[in-house]
Amino acid sequence: MSGNWIEVCAVEEIDEEDVMRFDHQGRTFAVYRSPDDEFFATDGLCTHEYVHLADGLVMDEIIECPKHNGRFNYKTGEAKGAPVCVNLSVYPVKVEDGAVFISI
Amino acid sequence: MREVAMADHTKKRDYSLLGESGRTAVEMGLAAAEWYHTEVPRKDMKALMQRSDAPAIRDTIIWLGAMIILAALGIYFWGSWLCVPFFLAYGVLYGSASDSRWHECGHGTAFKTRWMNDAVYQIACFMIMRNPVTWRWSHTRHHTDTVIVGRDPEIAVMRPPDLLRLILNFFGVLDVRHAMVDMLRNAFGVISAEEKTFIPEMEQPRAIFIARIWLAIYVVMIATVIAMGSMLPLVLIGLPRLYGAWHHVLTGLLQHGGLADNVIDHRLNSRTVHMNPVSRFIYWNMNYHVEHHMFPMVPYHALPRLHALIKHDLPAANPSMWSGYREMIPAFQRQLRNEDYFLKRELPATARPYREEFHAELAPAAQ
Repeated sequence: MSGNWIEVCAVEEIDEEDVMRFDHQGRTFAVYRSPDDEFFATDGLCTHEYVHLADGLVMDEIIECPKHNGRFNYKTGEAKGAPVCVNLSVYPVKVEDGAVFISI
Repeated sequence: MREVAMADHTKKRDYSLLGESGRTAVEMGLAAAEWYHTEVPRKDMKALMQRSDAPAIRDTIIWLGAMIILAALGIYFWGSWLCVPFFLAYGVLYGSASDSRWHECGHGTAFKTRWMNDAVYQIACFMIMRNPVTWRWSHTRHHTDTVIVGRDPEIAVMRPPDLLRLILNFFGVLDVRHAMVDMLRNAFGVISAEEKTFIPEMEQPRAIFIARIWLAIYVVMIATVIAMGSMLPLVLIGLPRLYGAWHHVLTGLLQHGGLADNVIDHRLNSRTVHMNPVSRFIYWNMNYHVEHHMFPMVPYHALPRLHALIKHDLPAANPSMWSGYREMIPAFQRQLRNEDYFLKRELPATARPYREEFHAELAPAAQ
């Protein structure tokens, strides 16, 4: 897989069905661990307003923005409920040697 | 953190969403700003945010079930004065409890199951006469720009306060007039210029569609009244928004009344008030209003726990509605003479101080 793989954190730093903020070189991302123990990554800011999704609630495959409860599917980035209308960008994630990597 | 300067209050406040104050708020960084938050460990916040269907299912059964029983008794005693207490109670559940249900379900936090939130939201919106599309978006703006003049479409008490308007709204008079005008306008396919500032274009047709459905319902109700020669149908549907409004106005005014505007710290512009359990059932814990604005993703049933967790960082909650009104009414009266006056909420010693670099200019106005 092409792209620049950046180490985010150790696997155990993200709880199952939870999200963590990751900042890198002026950009911010949200890294998720699904209930099925898979990892995903999206842009870190809600596409509706300047709010960090990492402060929000993960429910199954949904991330809910903490400000206005807008919902995204974090696996695909798809906007799922008002007030969010614009999808999130998603980024490849891999786990190697107990660490989570994101390709940006 | 963006630099924010206080809005210039030498100019009169312009509450129009198309006006000068709104433009000033944007220029000065008050719009879509970064608001103060109390630090809460992620583990605790996750626990508080967890959704559950059970509390809202229980409360909705009680709410609607009580309405059915009260309506049945009111209908049974219709024609005698005995029906009055039943309709008064029914009215509060219709014209006031619907406000909190609209609110919580609009946030999507009442139930865990999405369709349940949506269903109760639609019912509550109809009762409280708030177009579900319009008010979802206006409430989004209210949370983004809480009590920012010219940005927040839901400022209940403008300055200087119109006390007659306040009193009339305890009977829902002005709200219902506005609601009917909005409904008719939307039903005829018109979205106002102000509505267009916060309802995205792709959502506007739905607002129009719903207004048309509601109009049809009210036309049928009126036709039924005429056919029956009795006001009973409207007493059951529509009029409770007037005669049952008093409780949601009584509790709602305390949310922000008499407090600061044009600030980006909810501890300054919102109020938490301890209330009796009946009012809290009707109000669905929105008396924890600072907590709700700081963390809107926490469902109503978890707000008391959130309050316990962060109260060290907040102004002391008012111990009762009476206490809230004792400070709020004099504040309104002072605002008649000086519209910049507001109640500055004192923080306990355990709290992080207000960010004086953003709010220093508030101090003189609070005196």
